[in-house]
Amino acid sequence: MQKVLNGNTYVFGNNIDTDQIYPGRFVEFTDVEDVAKYAMFGADPDFTKKVKKGDFIVAGTNFGCGSSREHAAITLKAVGVGAIIAESFARIFYRNAINLGLPLIVCPNIAKMIQTGDSLTLDLHSGKIKNEKGLIATAEPMSEYVLNILESGGIKPLIKQQLEAQNNV
Amino acid sequence: MHAIEKLLAKKAGKSSVKTGEIINCEVDMAGINDLYLQTLRSFFEMGGKRVHDPSRVIMFLDHYAPASTITQAANQKQFREFCWDQGIDLLMDIDQGVCHQVLADKGLAYPGEIVVITDSHTTTHGAFGAFGTGVGATDLAIILATGKLWFRVPEIIKINFEGKLPKGVYAKDAILHAIGELGADYAVYKAVEFAGSMLTHLSISERMALCNMSTEMGAKTSYIQPDVITMAFLKEKVTRPYEIYHTDEDFEYAAEVTFDVSKLTPQLAAPSSVDNVYDVSQFIGRHIDQAYLGSCTGGRAEDIGIAAKILSGKKVAPRTRFVIVPASKGVLLEAMEKGYVQTLVEAGATFVTPGCAACLGTHEGMIASGETCITTTNRNFPGRMGDTKAEIFLGSPAAVAAAALMGEIVDPRDYI
Repeated sequence: MQKVLNGNTYVFGNNIDTDQIYPGRFVEFTDVEDVAKYAMFGADPDFTKKVKKGDFIVAGTNFGCGSSREHAAITLKAVGVGAIIAESFARIFYRNAINLGLPLIVCPNIAKMIQTGDSLTLDLHSGKIKNEKGLIATAEPMSEYVLNILESGGIKPLIKQQLEAQNNV
Repeated sequence: MHAIEKLLAKKAGKSSVKTGEIINCEVDMAGINDLYLQTLRSFFEMGGKRVHDPSRVIMFLDHYAPASTITQAANQKQFREFCWDQGIDLLMDIDQGVCHQVLADKGLAYPGEIVVITDSHTTTHGAFGAFGTGVGATDLAIILATGKLWFRVPEIIKINFEGKLPKGVYAKDAILHAIGELGADYAVYKAVEFAGSMLTHLSISERMALCNMSTEMGAKTSYIQPDVITMAFLKEKVTRPYEIYHTDEDFEYAAEVTFDVSKLTPQLAAPSSVDNVYDVSQFIGRHIDQAYLGSCTGGRAEDIGIAAKILSGKKVAPRTRFVIVPASKGVLLEAMEKGYVQTLVEAGATFVTPGCAACLGTHEGMIASGETCITTTNRNFPGRMGDTKAEIFLGSPAAVAAAALMGEIVDPRDYI
């Protein structure tokens, strides 16, 4: 996993729910190419036309609240979102994104400091967030458990290793 | 320790646990629903071959029951084949209904159980003293492969509801009021215990609504200490052995909040967030295009019974549709036996298949741009039940049924 990420930002408000990130009527699609077409469709239908690989989503509190649909994390990873920096995340969305290897960064007041289009640098280990002028905030540190999953490229490779080890005993 | 902590410790094979600790727990019942074919994909992507313990896996074809697109049909076909291949006997096909109600109906929700389903409203099972929590597809696939899942031991908040609910006011009103006061992110990552004298008068159906809605304040799980009401319900349904845990007297909650419900009025969550809660009086006269009674929150036999009482011998308003979705086959059978279905169909209501239906905006009662819906369900996010320019009000079954009758938002206490 790359430790220092650069990208432009798209800023959203508080309580961005999974119906806005990925509307319920598209949940029947299961192939990642299809899921990628509807990222943030309920909040900004043009998001997929604008977002570029490595861009950040910045949001207020409780990002990803609502349904357990993993589509919400899959679609954001598939369109190339490099990390999501929010004031807080809903629990299931948090687990889903980390499991996929999509970094989620918790940083108080971040949505008030940044505007859509700002260019940021994020250091995943130190949590330092910089713009062109310098350091603007330091995110809460990630737990070792979560960092380990991210550095392994998501939880699937870890479980795969575990299952292979059991089968070889 | 709290009862929840004792339960988690037992399932992790430990004598004690502490807040914040990450533990790996045995999962008693892992449920998959038909939205998440990704669960099976993740299982195979991780190298899974055989499900760790098929007897502890349950498959629900509830969100798309019955399939209304070819894609949904193809997904359901793969789920059925997976169950047959893997020896999963608990295949709840399209006749059965919403996962949480089906678990309750079949006696598969009980004290001391860890139940994990790919559905955010798995907090519902706190009504039975179980640890219920929702996860995504890949987390569920990990349980399929290993029988276990990691959890962070949560902080525990106690919410007391004191007093007896007035006539025409329900658990749904109490929980909407609490969410409105506390906020949609009040309990993120935390467990919520519900207590207080209101519960001594509260049926299992109403307790399930309460625990179900704790998800809408972000809770990881919820809990009601099993009591005589719980035991009476379990006696009828549950054949498995189970263990009831009790909270130590010196346990310190992360927070404790008390609401007096004895003078509570009917509440509505207005568009477009569940914590945007007001007294019903704020919206009297607002035209309703569709009234919707259903879901794991408000589609039980008691809820349908309230609607039948309000609409008995009367008609749904001419410019309003009334869609009713029994939460399960058991609920539908009870509603038929008690005559509710006859009454409501004669009044002009539309019944659809037990399941999740339009609660999540996939089929069976979607709403158009510019329309307003009042519903007993759990979410009013933009686009939740159809077009993003439709508006959704959440309320009690009585508020919904009275609005169906009058074609506009009214105070349900005038119709009880």
